[in-house]
Amino acid sequence: TITSVLSSFAEFDDAANLLAANPDATTISIDEPADVPKNQHGRRQEPGREEDDELLGTDDSDKTELLAGQKKSAPFWTFEYYQTFFDVDTYQVLDRIKGSVFPVPGKNFVRLYIRSNPDLYGPFWICATLVFTIAVSGNLSNFFIHLGKPTYHYVPEFRKVSIAATTIYAYAWLVPLALWGFLMWRNSKVMNIVSYSFLEIVCVYGYSLFVYIPTAILWIIPQKIVRWVLVMFSLCLSGSVLVMTFWPAVRDDNRRIAFATVGTIVVLHALLAVGCLAYFFDAPELDLPAPVIPAHNVSTVITKSR
Amino acid sequence: FADLANVSISEDIPVEGEITVPVGSHTLDEDFSTLDEPVKDTIMRDLKAVGKKFVHVMYPKKSSTLLRDWDLWGPLVLCVSLALMLQGGSADSKDDGGPQFAEVFVIIWFGAVVITLNSKLLGGTISFFQSLCVLGYCVMPLTVAMLVCRLVLLAGSGTVSFIIRLIVVVAMFGWSTLASTAFLADSQPPNRKALVVYPIFLFYFVISWMILTFTPQ
Repeated sequence: TITSVLSSFAEFDDAANLLAANPDATTISIDEPADVPKNQHGRRQEPGREEDDELLGTDDSDKTELLAGQKKSAPFWTFEYYQTFFDVDTYQVLDRIKGSVFPVPGKNFVRLYIRSNPDLYGPFWICATLVFTIAVSGNLSNFFIHLGKPTYHYVPEFRKVSIAATTIYAYAWLVPLALWGFLMWRNSKVMNIVSYSFLEIVCVYGYSLFVYIPTAILWIIPQKIVRWVLVMFSLCLSGSVLVMTFWPAVRDDNRRIAFATVGTIVVLHALLAVGCLAYFFDAPELDLPAPVIPAHNVSTVITKSR
Repeated sequence: FADLANVSISEDIPVEGEITVPVGSHTLDEDFSTLDEPVKDTIMRDLKAVGKKFVHVMYPKKSSTLLRDWDLWGPLVLCVSLALMLQGGSADSKDDGGPQFAEVFVIIWFGAVVITLNSKLLGGTISFFQSLCVLGYCVMPLTVAMLVCRLVLLAGSGTVSFIIRLIVVVAMFGWSTLASTAFLADSQPPNRKALVVYPIFLFYFVISWMILTFTPQ
């Protein structure tokens, strides 16, 4: 912040004055490791910085570009290069997950939490967890729905795991790729203030999928209304994270293109949720007494005719 | 210090000795001599090493045997036997059945490789094959659980048998996870331990799920 910069200048002023008065003295200043690296390594958020992290994030977009360039300096064929994508601590991952589940209106997920330190740990393991959660929950829900029927024989449905894995990993990696390509193309035509790197987009998508994990577990409940309410709720939460992230990147563009982009993002996200619900979870059947009634009618007709 | 400048070695004092690296020459000798030993000795030595590691997994104390002398025989034997026992799960159509042999094999080895890569990328100091060795050996409690489940299923497949199987699988899953965490956790940076332990938990959870949902024909 400006105040911190001014205060550090003030310290230099004091030191300079002291040195001028007594040239032989050595001044020792003990202060925290400078504020700038805090920005770089994505440490815990100070409350005072929240004014800076508005939706635009224009003040540190230049800095983040510079710092992003400084960070990944190892050549891509060394192991150290890939280690830079896993440079997160436990509390950072937990913070990012918390930010995706409780999106604060007006705060940009990328600027607030990722802050030029995108990681691949979150996207990869959240997708893996989601794959197995959906497969296991779907299997359990089908088991409970069909339980008690005499003709039902339990099957583990293991094939669905590979289908779930393909779908979710394709969504979490190909859609960001397409979106990144699209944004780069628009950037070449319209000067956008905010632009994201490919890894940041992958990161946002990965963390936004987290809210589907408890949703998938709750989908075991065999009530249609409950399931659709859950779909709407989780779509609102994770969709809002995505919308608040990408709206600033397209709003300087043509109105129609901006709305179309954000609309496509939301529609694809909804398709994923609805598609998983439809494919992995059988519809809860309602037990109708229909087979009983015709027999009753037939028997009454027969007795009447006699 | 000026006095020491005058010290010199006279020709009367013989300077002799052997410059050998004791450990190196030992193994060199052994390498040459193991060619002559009976095959039974060679096999028994490896079997004993594998057996010792099994014991270390059953009673996971702080021992470095598993890490230092890693081998992949034990994990291979466990993986193959688990995959064989999991095979033959029934279904009406091929699509709905349990995992096939190749699927179990791939899940175990690919899962172990991915977890090892994950821990190394997060800054772990353990070597690639040591980690594979630990993860593979810690599948043993789950293999025992599979054996027990198959025996219980021979007796019957009602609710009681399901409850017994559930308890056994949950206990063995906890044992596997705790054993592998005990061996692997120390080599991770302290503020990332949870990030490394969670994938191990997920890995053994998936294997336990496959074991629990096994239904015979």
